[in-house]
Amino acid sequence: MSIWRQLTHGLRVLTHRTAADQEVDDEVRDYFEQATAELVARGLPPDEARRAARLELGTMAIVSEDVRSYGWENVVGTALADLRYGARRLRAAPGFTAMTILTLAIGIGGTTAIFSAVNPILFAPLPYPHASRVATILELRNDGGRSGGTFGMYRELAERNRSFDAIAVFKPWQPTATGMEQPERFDGQRVSAGYFQILGVSPIAGRDFLPSDDRFHGPNVVVLSDALWRRRFDADPTILGREMTLEGNPYTVIGVMPRGFENVLAPSASLWAPLQYDPSLPAQGKEWGHHLRTIGRLRPGVSLEQATREIDGLGRAVLNERHPETYDPNTRFTVTSLQDELTRGVRSPLVAILGAVTLVLVIACVNVTNLLLARGVQRRGEFALRAALGAGRGRLVRQLLTESLLLAAMGGVVGIAVAMSGVHTLVALSPPGLPRVGAIRIDATVFVFGLGITTLIGLAFGVIPALQASHDDPQHHLQHASQRTAGGHRRTRSALVVAEVALALILLVSSGLLLRSLDRLFSVPMGFDSSHLLTMQVQESGHRYDEDSARYRFFEQALEAVRRVPGVMAAGTTSQMALSGDRDEYGARFEASGALPAETYGVFRYAVSPGYIETMRIPVRRGRLLDERDNAGAPPVALISESLANSRFHGGDPIGQRLHVGGFANAPPFTIVGVVGDVKQMSLAMTESDAVYITTTQWHFADTVMTLVVRARRDAAALAPAVRQAIWSADKDQPVVRVATMDDLVTASAAERRFALILFEAFAIAALVLAAAGIYGVLAGSVAERTREIGVRAALGASRADIVALVVREGMRLTGLGVAIGLAGAAVASQAIVAMLFGVSRLDPVTYLGVIALLAGVSAAACWVPAWRAARVDPAITLRAE
Amino acid sequence: MDEPSTDVIQGTLDLLILKTLSLEPMHGFGIARRIEQISRGVFKVNPGSLLTAFQRLERAGWLDAEWRRTDNSRRAKYYSLTRAGRKQFEVEAAHWTRRVSAVARLLKAET
Repeated sequence: MSIWRQLTHGLRVLTHRTAADQEVDDEVRDYFEQATAELVARGLPPDEARRAARLELGTMAIVSEDVRSYGWENVVGTALADLRYGARRLRAAPGFTAMTILTLAIGIGGTTAIFSAVNPILFAPLPYPHASRVATILELRNDGGRSGGTFGMYRELAERNRSFDAIAVFKPWQPTATGMEQPERFDGQRVSAGYFQILGVSPIAGRDFLPSDDRFHGPNVVVLSDALWRRRFDADPTILGREMTLEGNPYTVIGVMPRGFENVLAPSASLWAPLQYDPSLPAQGKEWGHHLRTIGRLRPGVSLEQATREIDGLGRAVLNERHPETYDPNTRFTVTSLQDELTRGVRSPLVAILGAVTLVLVIACVNVTNLLLARGVQRRGEFALRAALGAGRGRLVRQLLTESLLLAAMGGVVGIAVAMSGVHTLVALSPPGLPRVGAIRIDATVFVFGLGITTLIGLAFGVIPALQASHDDPQHHLQHASQRTAGGHRRTRSALVVAEVALALILLVSSGLLLRSLDRLFSVPMGFDSSHLLTMQVQESGHRYDEDSARYRFFEQALEAVRRVPGVMAAGTTSQMALSGDRDEYGARFEASGALPAETYGVFRYAVSPGYIETMRIPVRRGRLLDERDNAGAPPVALISESLANSRFHGGDPIGQRLHVGGFANAPPFTIVGVVGDVKQMSLAMTESDAVYITTTQWHFADTVMTLVVRARRDAAALAPAVRQAIWSADKDQPVVRVATMDDLVTASAAERRFALILFEAFAIAALVLAAAGIYGVLAGSVAERTREIGVRAALGASRADIVALVVREGMRLTGLGVAIGLAGAAVASQAIVAMLFGVSRLDPVTYLGVIALLAGVSAAACWVPAWRAARVDPAITLRAE
Repeated sequence: MDEPSTDVIQGTLDLLILKTLSLEPMHGFGIARRIEQISRGVFKVNPGSLLTAFQRLERAGWLDAEWRRTDNSRRAKYYSLTRAGRKQFEVEAAHWTRRVSAVARLLKAET
């Protein structure tokens, strides 16, 4: 069998149809002529011979038709003919076609764009070999806190466990590079030696970290990301062995990671150095911050459950052995897949968003089905005629499916274009907490997905009108070329509109709830006055600041200079800034006092300059604030937050009580001198606010990174350059980063909710418009079909108002039904977004009532045009037309 | 849907065409006549099936076609066997002989 001949012959027939047909005709005619000639030769007269030949051989045309119908190209040919015909029909109805393509493009484009974002985050495996074996180890405290582990625990687990091939710990690292044209602060990580092995990626040039690199006072070596190597070193091939100055120390470059390496644990990290943990630091216990994270690669065949069982037993045994005095038997250890851990916070919002866009897609499909049904009614005559001329039912259904697939394909093409621009918008809008943003793009998987839904849609919405058309009796429609009565198809269309309204209501309620949540969130008291506040992070780096006193002096000088800047009302520095993502927690142990036993609380630790509380306008509840006298030589004092005062002293007076912060042996306790209002540190939605404020000079060590807060007289953002210059007047080599107004930080702190809200709002608006279009379409169709009935009513004395009421009532009946069903649906569906709600119940009556009013208003508007048209029906004309 | 007996006829028709063309290149009508004559009228060839069979065999790579002048100077489409067609003919002929003799043996055993 020669496929080549099949193909070339078929293609020649397809491309040269007329010539091919002519050749067959010629051959058949020749055949007949020879047969006739033979009969003539036998003595028959020519006429007789011709008749005899026809009797024997059949009709020439039918023989030709037989021969021509051989070959695969005929199937294609018919499909092409259907397609051409369909395209002509669609061109003849540009309004319908444009409307359909647009509707589909919204549905397909939206769904494809969202899928492209959700796929790499939730569905695709992480970009590592055997990614399912990469897991994180977490310690779950009894109070619900989760921590990524401590160095001591890491060492014990790495030594004793049997579930993992390797375990590694790491922490963020933000070194400042000097010795280049300008100082630059990089995002990086300090990692223990097995980190890259666990991910299964090794440097493309140079080497990975060795255990010998990862020891206290070990060599200063660094591995660069491909991007950093290209940007800062112009992809220099001789980079290995070169030195760069980080934090004032020379670091030797020993490796460059491959270009495609995606570091999901710290996407912005561009360089890595060994952890080189100081083993003399207290490794365990509540008092020392759990600031490391632990990952491991499971041995092949070991399940997460098995690993959890082993690590939980081991971890608790270690705690019990090493720290029996603080050991809490309710502490648990768990092993979670890295992907689950990364997507923990975003999974449910993303699934909700995917659900929402699917609803939009469904509404779009329902709308298109409705349009096609309405069109099917108009085309009944055409199909009846074709059926009468001998087209089989299958042929008509195929024609309709071809047309709907054609529509879907065009919708798909426009939809992919929509998706491509949508993806850019999505990435631009995406909240900082969204993992794997870099992997969001329209790739082959997404393309196949788009193609898949397009085909499915084309078939799905083609089938209903096709079935409806194939059940019709052509005779009936040929006789009744004009529609006088409302048919059963109206019921289908009404049902579809009801479904649309119901789905739109679900989306509207969801986005309404999110909108009100965000509203509530922004009206939460932050605990300080956020207006006209400018914040920026200042970092000291280099050996100049090895001495604590030098650090204090730099920050003092910088602060002095900033306070002198015109337009600055007040300024202060703090070790961590509210709503900026900083999280610096310590254990605060209150000494026993009166009936109260000694007790430890987890608190936010703020090392602040005098004047910080005043600059932030955090209210004083009791006692006094910190001032210049609370310096290194003075007795150590602290302010505590209202919530901490209440939970510890239950309304009693905390002034004069003493507490230790952090596990610093032999450090004198701090005496509480005042109580200040609670501040939202982590986010507006969180209630954690136990805090301790201590002056920088009285804290146990000098922080290297401080946030400067400036209260401006007027526009805070405009002050930024002058403030930066003021800082540089103290030392021009210190990087100033994260410059933002407090209002920016507040907005950014709700970025995830805002992201979800924007998407939900977009979907809800699309749904609302589609539903309104659906109502309008059905009513307009119904009015057109019932012109005669309306004419009769008018002739019998119905007033215009009666007729408007007739139409509007029909529309509102559909809306009402849709709303009723949608309410039930929304009550159920809102469960999916409960996690994103704040301060409103998912059954919040205000939202539901508002949405109902909105839908009712929009559908009344959609009813109005058809109703008005109906009222203008002239009975005389309508009746005469019959 | 094809009728169940078509297969047999089709198979036979292909074989008969291949056999006829194995002697010399010929046009459609000539092939039909030759088959009728040699089978002494047992096989009557329907031009629709015959010409369709040419299409099929040509695409299978067993026949080549060419427009040529006939002896009485008409233009006609002549078919000839390709090398693959010749091989195919031998295979089909052997196949056919085996089946026929098997059927013949069965019929003999019955009587």
